[in-house]
Amino acid sequence: MSQNLLEVRGLSVQFRSAEGHLTAIDDLSLTIGHGEALAVLGESGSGKSVTAKAIMGILPHPAARITSGQVLLEGEDLLTLSPRRLRTVRGEKMAMVFQDALTSLNPVVPVGAQIAEMYRIHRGDNRREAQAKAVEMMRAVRIPDAKNRAKDYPFQFSGGMRQRVMIAMALALDPQLLIADEPTTALDVTVQAQILDLLQELRTERGMALMLITHDLGVAGQVADEALVMYAGSAVERAPMTELMQRPAHPYTLGLLSSVPGPEHRAKDLPTIPGLPPQLSNRPKGCSFHPRCSFATDLCRETKPAVVAGLPGREVACHHWKEVARHDDATALA
Amino acid sequence: MLRYATRRILLMIPTLIGSTFLVFLLVFLVPGDPVLALAGDKRLSESSIRAIREQYNLDDPFLVQYFKWLGNVLHGDFGFDFNNNSVTDLIASAFPYTMALALSAFCLKLVIGVLIGVWAGLREGRAPDKFNLFFTIFFLAVPGFIIAYLAQYVFGIKLHWLPISGVRQGFPIAFVMPAMVLALETASPLARLTRTSLVDVMRADFIVTAHAKGASPGRVVWRHALRNAFLPVVTYLGLSLASLLGGSVLIETIFNLPGLGGTLSDAITLQQGPVVVGVSVFLLLFFLLSSLIVDLLYPLIDPRVRHA
Repeated sequence: MSQNLLEVRGLSVQFRSAEGHLTAIDDLSLTIGHGEALAVLGESGSGKSVTAKAIMGILPHPAARITSGQVLLEGEDLLTLSPRRLRTVRGEKMAMVFQDALTSLNPVVPVGAQIAEMYRIHRGDNRREAQAKAVEMMRAVRIPDAKNRAKDYPFQFSGGMRQRVMIAMALALDPQLLIADEPTTALDVTVQAQILDLLQELRTERGMALMLITHDLGVAGQVADEALVMYAGSAVERAPMTELMQRPAHPYTLGLLSSVPGPEHRAKDLPTIPGLPPQLSNRPKGCSFHPRCSFATDLCRETKPAVVAGLPGREVACHHWKEVARHDDATALA
Repeated sequence: MLRYATRRILLMIPTLIGSTFLVFLLVFLVPGDPVLALAGDKRLSESSIRAIREQYNLDDPFLVQYFKWLGNVLHGDFGFDFNNNSVTDLIASAFPYTMALALSAFCLKLVIGVLIGVWAGLREGRAPDKFNLFFTIFFLAVPGFIIAYLAQYVFGIKLHWLPISGVRQGFPIAFVMPAMVLALETASPLARLTRTSLVDVMRADFIVTAHAKGASPGRVVWRHALRNAFLPVVTYLGLSLASLLGGSVLIETIFNLPGLGGTLSDAITLQQGPVVVGVSVFLLLFFLLSSLIVDLLYPLIDPRVRHA
């Protein structure tokens, strides 16, 4: 029995397309301990959401295919489970909150019934019991006037309240792992802070682990203990959140951190990472990041860097991580 | 909801006036003198021609004719044809046949169209979807009367399973073949719409959510997908019930059913203006009424309209 709640080992996901098989996730490994909060960081298209869906077993079928790897939840490989058993795990042990709560909730079913469905599917509760528990759950995520609002439909809620409904639904059965895919991206900043606080509170109350997928370093910093940075379908760096922010060891992480606008930046001064992420059909040889990297050498153009334990308790996939970690200090970020 | 219903009902008034006006105008504009056509080779005296023209208000200006007629229709009186038969009676005797045909065709079409559409929609791009494509294109491309003659030949003449035409054997035997032909002919758009709507819904985010909740594939389809996929289908069905009534004209003629379609086509040939107007307007009223019912029912299945 492993001590980690979730262990993803060597996961690869391919998508079928007109150009052939595209590798969306390439040999990705990650772990989340019981009650731990891991932020998965990266640009759009870096494979964050695909990773989440692969773990949940809800990749689009038959477009996507898991070609190798293991997804171990409490030591049980989800990829080898029967569909029936996997359905039990979804909802009971792990649940997911999506970015756009409006489109992710059924438009013609009252929200109370959608939450209640969790109890009906997994607990076999009757309509009334399930509904009562759903209202209870809506109170737990601090939706005011829960009893009456349970009868309302998703479109009758504000964005923030709708996301609370999603969270209530995900947490209904007290899962050990919550995967939140950009849960606050569609919300405005004040509501975003409220939702993050709520997630944080519920997590501590329930001792639940959280995998927070975001492109927003601020959001990640507020919630996560650990951070995993993804680029072009691979993990490039893993470190405790604060250490990652203070001392990035991968040039991509360094670039991400430097492009966070601070009060000292006017728009034109804001540093950006030059170039664009590679297309899946046209991945560069060697290190995927080398065309955009100021540290790149011939080695990077030829050989894909392995994941190495760099600084204590951290992992990085870069030939020049020592240089990057040394290079970085307060002035580099300014 | 009440405001929605009121507005929807009030909107019917201009629609009704506009459409009846158009029908009336078209018949008025048809060339030829109906009184002379009625007389055929016989010679009518000046006075009897005048009497007939008087009786049917044929000498009044168009607008006066229209409003006199509209006033009568509002009292349930569609006037008389040139043989002095009440048009209302004509409609009343023909309508049951048309209604029986249209309703049976509607039910058959509902079953065929929805089943094929759902089957294809759930197996997008696979064999059932391809069958759906073939089925719909076939029945859209081959004219209804060819299917009708084919059915008459195979099931009537060769196999003797069903009567070839006429209503002597009554409902339902006499209606099986015409209803089936009409249903097959009109099931294609329904199957297509159902399929497309379901494919769209199956790609929606809330379907992913349902899977993530641990719902079984059956539950995802029944509880989450179909309910949403049927929203556009219901609207279409309401409109199609009424158009089945009109669309049955050809089928009624082929299968020799004494319904509204036959009445209408006879009346057009014989220049029986009052009958043409009467039957057309009756079908029109039916169309408006069924679309009204659908629109009033729709909010019950779509909360977004109910609470808008």
